[in-house]
Amino acid sequence: MISQAPNTRYVARKRRTQEDKRFVTGRGVFVQDIERPGMLHVAALPCPYPRARINNIDFSAALAMPGVHAVLDGAELAAATNPLYGGLKTPGVKWRPLAFELSRYAGEWVAAVAADSRAIAEDAMELIEVDYTPTDPVIDPEEAYQAGSPQVHPEHGSNVLYDGEFTWGPVDDDFAAADHSLSFRARWHRSSTVPIETFGAVAEWDEGKGILDVWASIQMPNYADQIAGAMGIPLNAVRVHQDVDVGGSYGVKRGIKHTVLIGYLSRKLERPIRLIEDRLDNMGGGDAHGPDRIFDTQVAYNADGMIKSLKIRALDDAGAYPGRGPFQLGKPIAAIVGPYTINSVHYEAISVTTNKTGQVPVRGFGQAPTNYMLERAVDKVAAALGMDRIEIRRRNFIQPDQFPYEQPSGTKYDSGNYPAVMDKVLALANFDALCARRDEIRSEGRLAGIGVATCLEPGGGNNMFEYLMNPAAEITTFMEGAEARIDGEGCITGVMATTTSGQGHETLVATILGEELGREPDDIRVIHADTLTAMPTRSPVASRMAIMLGGAITGAAAKLKAQIMAIAAHNLETPLDQLEYSGGDVSVRNDPSRKLTWNEICYIAHKQYHRLPEGAAPGLQAQHVWQVPLGGQLPDADGKVQLYPCFSFQAHIPLVEIDPGTGKVTLLEYFIAHDCGTVINPDIVRGMILGGIAHGIGAALYEKFEYAPDGQFLSATFADYLMPSTFEVPLVKDTEHCTPSPLTSHGQKGSGEGGYLGGPAAVASAVNDALSPRGLEIDQLPMRMSLIEELLNGTP
Amino acid sequence: MKPAPFDYFAAASADDAVRLLAEHGDEALILAGGQSLVPMMNMRLARPSVLIDINDCDEMKFMAADGDGFAIGAGTRQKDILKSAETCTAVPLLLKALAFVGHVQTRNRGTLGGSIAHGDPSAEMPLVAVTLDAAISLRTSNGERTIAASEFYSGPMSTERAPDECLMAVSFPLSTGAGTGFHEVSERHGDFAIVSAAAEINLDAGGKCASAAIGIGGAHPHPVKALKAEAILVGEAPSDALIEAAAEAATDGIEAMDDVHATGAYRMRVARVLAARAISDALAEAGL
Amino acid sequence: MKPRSITLTVNGAKRTAAAEPRVTLLDFLRGPLGVTGAHMGCEHGVCGACSVLVEGEPVRACLMFAVQAAGKAVTTVEGLAGSDGEPSPLQEAFRDAHGLQCGYCTPGMLIAAQALLDENPDPDEADIREAIGGNICRCTGYVQIIEAIKLAAENLREAAQ
Ligand code: FES
Ligand code: FES
Repeated sequence: MISQAPNTRYVARKRRTQEDKRFVTGRGVFVQDIERPGMLHVAALPCPYPRARINNIDFSAALAMPGVHAVLDGAELAAATNPLYGGLKTPGVKWRPLAFELSRYAGEWVAAVAADSRAIAEDAMELIEVDYTPTDPVIDPEEAYQAGSPQVHPEHGSNVLYDGEFTWGPVDDDFAAADHSLSFRARWHRSSTVPIETFGAVAEWDEGKGILDVWASIQMPNYADQIAGAMGIPLNAVRVHQDVDVGGSYGVKRGIKHTVLIGYLSRKLERPIRLIEDRLDNMGGGDAHGPDRIFDTQVAYNADGMIKSLKIRALDDAGAYPGRGPFQLGKPIAAIVGPYTINSVHYEAISVTTNKTGQVPVRGFGQAPTNYMLERAVDKVAAALGMDRIEIRRRNFIQPDQFPYEQPSGTKYDSGNYPAVMDKVLALANFDALCARRDEIRSEGRLAGIGVATCLEPGGGNNMFEYLMNPAAEITTFMEGAEARIDGEGCITGVMATTTSGQGHETLVATILGEELGREPDDIRVIHADTLTAMPTRSPVASRMAIMLGGAITGAAAKLKAQIMAIAAHNLETPLDQLEYSGGDVSVRNDPSRKLTWNEICYIAHKQYHRLPEGAAPGLQAQHVWQVPLGGQLPDADGKVQLYPCFSFQAHIPLVEIDPGTGKVTLLEYFIAHDCGTVINPDIVRGMILGGIAHGIGAALYEKFEYAPDGQFLSATFADYLMPSTFEVPLVKDTEHCTPSPLTSHGQKGSGEGGYLGGPAAVASAVNDALSPRGLEIDQLPMRMSLIEELLNGTP
Repeated sequence: MKPAPFDYFAAASADDAVRLLAEHGDEALILAGGQSLVPMMNMRLARPSVLIDINDCDEMKFMAADGDGFAIGAGTRQKDILKSAETCTAVPLLLKALAFVGHVQTRNRGTLGGSIAHGDPSAEMPLVAVTLDAAISLRTSNGERTIAASEFYSGPMSTERAPDECLMAVSFPLSTGAGTGFHEVSERHGDFAIVSAAAEINLDAGGKCASAAIGIGGAHPHPVKALKAEAILVGEAPSDALIEAAAEAATDGIEAMDDVHATGAYRMRVARVLAARAISDALAEAGL
Repeated sequence: MKPRSITLTVNGAKRTAAAEPRVTLLDFLRGPLGVTGAHMGCEHGVCGACSVLVEGEPVRACLMFAVQAAGKAVTTVEGLAGSDGEPSPLQEAFRDAHGLQCGYCTPGMLIAAQALLDENPDPDEADIREAIGGNICRCTGYVQIIEAIKLAAENLREAAQ
């Protein structure tokens, strides 16, 4: 239910999506469905050691195998391509598609085979002989931070990629003045989004045109730029086909190393080359792991429950190749105090490199771990004061009349009504009855707990965290472009500039175009331009597409409408202010008999130059590029800057039971209320929120990329990395609230990440509530049943 | 992730299968439901050069009483066992265990014999066979032999089956009026157990345990029959203390392993918890 | 090993192509036969994205070799639509309830759900969970999938009356 239903025809109405039809009939076109004539298949050889010097690679036997066309090693590739993009200023850290001289984690690719089939490529791979000298790895992030630990990138000189301190507000004063303080360590272990479709790409070099065509399961900003940069070819020599359906991403589909590898092979062999990760590639050598973080946090608070200040040290293990991963320490600055009126914050962010697979952006871009830590802090203060967990949140909430609210790090939250959303979730959960149910389970001698967690979801993106962590990157736009056209027969086409991976962007564009032009969205075609024809984009990251693509397409629609109105005014010989637009037809306000229909206007625009107003170009087409709201500024003298424009809010309430004999956690209920402003398509938003919660349940209870102390990778299969199935996810009950954003075209905010930002914190809160009668507490995720059982029954 | 090359023969009959096995020696493996073998082949952890497919051997798909046992052909699919009322009455423990086995899609292909022969230490079917001490019949081109399930397993995925032997059938003792219990724990429903416990108990007219079969899976390198726990129960009148004592003894001799899912210590503790639950269920069902 | 000729019925049509014994049914469908509805998610039997019906029963196509399917009838998601090519009631229900996002697990989900509805016209939530328990979806959190299957069952029951 939308509390403030906007006066709209299509926006916010329950409607089928455009995309679903092709998927339910098996007609999606994913990268694995792309066939090119003469295409070769690649398999990559993983290094068995966490860290090893590569002395020699003998691939003569592999190359001699029938059906094998090329074997490539790191030396050849390094000589022919540039290192891959790294976000930080760390020139000594060189990331390459194939290890060169030194292999830095178990599973890193050291050679690749191109053959007639993947099976033959795998057969040949087994014949490659690599002479390694294994050396001591560094696996533990704390150890990596110490000087003198084995260096992952000797050229860099240490394992510390980034170590920065920020102070916003009078932290020391606030700590000194506060009644109490507490400190704790929270551990977010390594997991990721692990889409069911692995990453894959096809590259085809056209020597005649000098163009590299790429089809890929991709979701990342500046993909083409990074391919061109690594291959040393002009950006306009790379054409990424963005109409490939992407089988889930949630941040991680960033196979830049895969693409450069096959781009090089394609150019060398003049054949289309395909590399589809198998699941082992994906989990081990795919460089697609997520944050792996240790928080040491101090909280200053008063006896009345008001939290005054935070000191946070976040140490993140970026693995061997950081790429853009370390910036996941920067984005949480956007909501560093959550929805609370905390006055000051000290934040130390440290990124270290270790001998593990590389880190990429994961849903929420670092916000999920940070929110988990923050909500643990609030629960701990409540416990220390003997205060109710809901009451303490209410007291600390930023109030509805305080928006726009500038939090200590300089970001202004656009809008919100946190108490109202909290009320809604409590009503939905029938909270008193839920507590009674928990208490009844407890009275039967079992363990049960209710979780309480909130989260802010920064949406819209804004690259300023990059500048904060690397001032050489003076990048102040995070724009999105779109195009809309109406043909001579009146058919509308929306052109988006990037890929989509389940978020329903085609529906988004069609819905907004339909709304703005008063035309049926189902009749609007939405296409994905390739990177040579697309408007500027920053891709569907950062919970930004409803905001940014929505804004861009709204702008294009407004331009189109202006063209239509100008044609009508000219032909009806009536001033604009006396015309009325309705469903595409334009009539004179006081004389409806004088009217031009949609089809007439489109015909005139395309065919009748003599009826166009002076100076008007023939046709109906408009482009619009939207700069992110409130973006574009460098930090002020105090280092404060706006990070992200829009802030959605959620409140989560799960009920769990723990089997005290086995430690197994069962989610009995899960309630959520969310506010992401105006919802463009209710089913899509609901789906992303519910899916995010399931993903969060996975991070909270099951999912972990496990490394042995010696650096061997232990979670390479779906039998070891455990994603929730339908048995582990309850029928989540949801409700919504709508506080429109004043900054966006229709009041919309982001919604793709929040479920995952609040879910882990909520489940952790519930498990700890269940453990609390035994005086136990657990401050790490995932809370595997063996961990919980050990806590309950192990010998201390 | 593509299997290494192999040659493939579809056996038309059990005789055909053992003949092919004799011909191709230890390079060959029997392909039954493929739900355990094919993943290992896809990852090239198993690389037979010959596969002998027994899916078309209809004579290996049967469920029938045979003396004081109930025999199930090795090729019988798990889904068919679940649907067989006769089997459920004859070997109720099997039914309880099957509720934890895989998913619809895997049970549609997976066979009893495949699971028994594969011998994953945490798989349910081997645990039931060991607990009940089923008789496993193996055939070569030269003849057939029977081995007790409690002697069949020697380690993780290793059994007493000789390379040229084909597992033909498993005969479970008929459950007459016994109560059964099966408990296991895994992170996700349908996964292999981290630990599991099975129990089948008969009470005599006086309410004492006339017989008891207890087994533990997932902890030791292979499923283990908990003889000591059985001995504690038999001849005694059940009580909470007795159940606890039996459960305590259920891990006797077990050397539990650490892995990515849990520590050995976890497995030992939880094996006892699950054993107690399985015994309680069995007693309750036996009419206590 | 030499490729051998394999003939099977896919979505009602007889199809023949050559493949080595090591080619899985999944790769055979997607490669030589060009029937790409079933998806590769793990190739070790956990995710269910490759689910197809063999002789009407859902199985994991990554765990069966194509040679084993010779002579059998295989149905993939493409075969669920009616003879007029229009989406089936189940497919329509997935659209109505938005029981998907990226669409990658969807073919497997639909196959599992179809097999359920073929056997049980009135499944409850537990039946549905059991039926799709071997299919992992990373996008939806399953709620809208369960709603879609309930809706399909309802619609089918109504239509049958
Ligand atoms: S691809 Fe077959 S189960 Fe995952
Ligand atoms: S819809 Fe994307 S994995 Fe299920």
